[in-house]
Amino acid sequence: MTDISWIDSLLTTARPQAVAALLRYFRDLDMAEEAFQDACLRALKNWPQNGPPRDPTAWLIFVGRNAAIDAVRKRSKQQPLPDEEHLSDLDDAETAIAERLDGSDYRDDILRLLFICCHPDLPATQQIALALRIISGLSVKQIARAFLVGESAMEQRITRAKAKIANASVPFEAPGPVERAERLGAVAAMIYLVFNEGYSASGGDAPMRAPLCDEAIRLARLLLRLYPAEPEIMGLTALLLLQHARTRARFDAHGAVILLEDQDRTAWNGKLIAEGLALIDKAMLHRSPGAYQVQAAIAALHARAKRPEDTDWKQIELLYSALEAMQPSPVITLNRAVAVSKADGPEAALAMIEPLAGKLSNYFHYYGVRGSLLLQLGRNDEARDAFCKAISLANSPAEAAHIRMHLDRLSKEKTTDSAPGPGPSF
Amino acid sequence: MLYAVLCYAQEDAVTAWSKEQDEAVMGKLAAVQQRYAAAGKLGPVARLLPTTAATTVRKLRGESVILDGPFAETKEQLLGFYMVECNDLEEAVAFAREISDVNPAGGSYEIRPVGVLNPVAPTI
Repeated sequence: MTDISWIDSLLTTARPQAVAALLRYFRDLDMAEEAFQDACLRALKNWPQNGPPRDPTAWLIFVGRNAAIDAVRKRSKQQPLPDEEHLSDLDDAETAIAERLDGSDYRDDILRLLFICCHPDLPATQQIALALRIISGLSVKQIARAFLVGESAMEQRITRAKAKIANASVPFEAPGPVERAERLGAVAAMIYLVFNEGYSASGGDAPMRAPLCDEAIRLARLLLRLYPAEPEIMGLTALLLLQHARTRARFDAHGAVILLEDQDRTAWNGKLIAEGLALIDKAMLHRSPGAYQVQAAIAALHARAKRPEDTDWKQIELLYSALEAMQPSPVITLNRAVAVSKADGPEAALAMIEPLAGKLSNYFHYYGVRGSLLLQLGRNDEARDAFCKAISLANSPAEAAHIRMHLDRLSKEKTTDSAPGPGPSF
Repeated sequence: MLYAVLCYAQEDAVTAWSKEQDEAVMGKLAAVQQRYAAAGKLGPVARLLPTTAATTVRKLRGESVILDGPFAETKEQLLGFYMVECNDLEEAVAFAREISDVNPAGGSYEIRPVGVLNPVAPTI
């Protein structure tokens, strides 16, 4: 076990728990991070020779804590003002750390650390950057790459975020059940944001941003291990796994989007799908549905269909109605309309989306779906108008390329004057 | 004598392995397995999905209850195991309940979805 990459993965695994515990001791994020960093350096020196300890996390917390106390003592010799008020509970530095690390402390520590990153004063982009830096331990350079911004810009973003939360009061007392549930909700939303940052990337950006999806899944699994009986956390984890399973099949060699029904299903990751299905199965036993579970259940129906034509669209439509009732949104209605078009035909779906035109007048997918429904009904001129509008609203070259394909097909049909085929649905 | 060898390890470390690390370990394990399989000695080998996917059926005051997560008691010992093909977790739970109901020892039944199964059978 002298290979450095194994030690690296042990350190990465231990990081959230270790930093979270050190934060509880020092009540200062920078100090906790420095202490962990110090402990890692010692581990890299010590572990290759002696082998990793039985409990690497406890080792890192203990060593990190001692190193930080040492540093403070050295500094206090030089400075007349001791920092002792921060160190009030460190007298017992020599006691076996394992005794203090009971499970519930761990849980609240990590939840607190995750929750700090979700501070409501922080815009979403700062929340994500902070979580990746502090909890996942990604370097500023790695995060900057994933966000496609310069390293110094990312450094600034993280520094600003840290300054904001340093001034905010961080709750160190153990949370009550209501607060715990609120924190869980905020943390789940942040993890979903991290995932979407990676998932919404396309084309050439995708390989650089994909690690964000892996990181989000790691955080979701961590949260689930801490709270094994929360159906929404099961749902969130299942949703991320099932979506991530399709990564390899989502784009063609040129970076153009491949729609779900055209994807090579053998390229889906069976291992992730199995885990996602097991989790949503488990969540369903609770009979306590939530938005993540419903979305995961929809993803599960797609994953279970061996061929696109095996998809249970009727059930998907029902699930979208349930989601609509939980969090009404025109985008969800639009998705339900797609399911309706598969189950009951394009006419019914078109009638459903007409009233959404006002609210979604700047939404690429609205015009994509509309164009596709019109195409299926043979209303080619109207379809062309919708597709043109969609192209003008495309968020990425991959989206534009996909719509271009429809338009090209439409112009070909016009010149050969052939009857419209069934048309690919959007 | 047929032996069951049960594997215990720190799960969060194993799930943090990179794809390359995981494949390297699986490759080494497969090499050992192949030798025993070639000698007709190896039975089924399974890799279980993470404990986050586990459910436990447990008898409490004569009632069997379903708990999320893996079996976490240290007072009971592993005495046996089943492999059963089910349509979903509900069916697996029903199976575990049936066993639990007829077993006066009570105890716990941890249900773990199987991720990978290599069904080589020993020639006995």
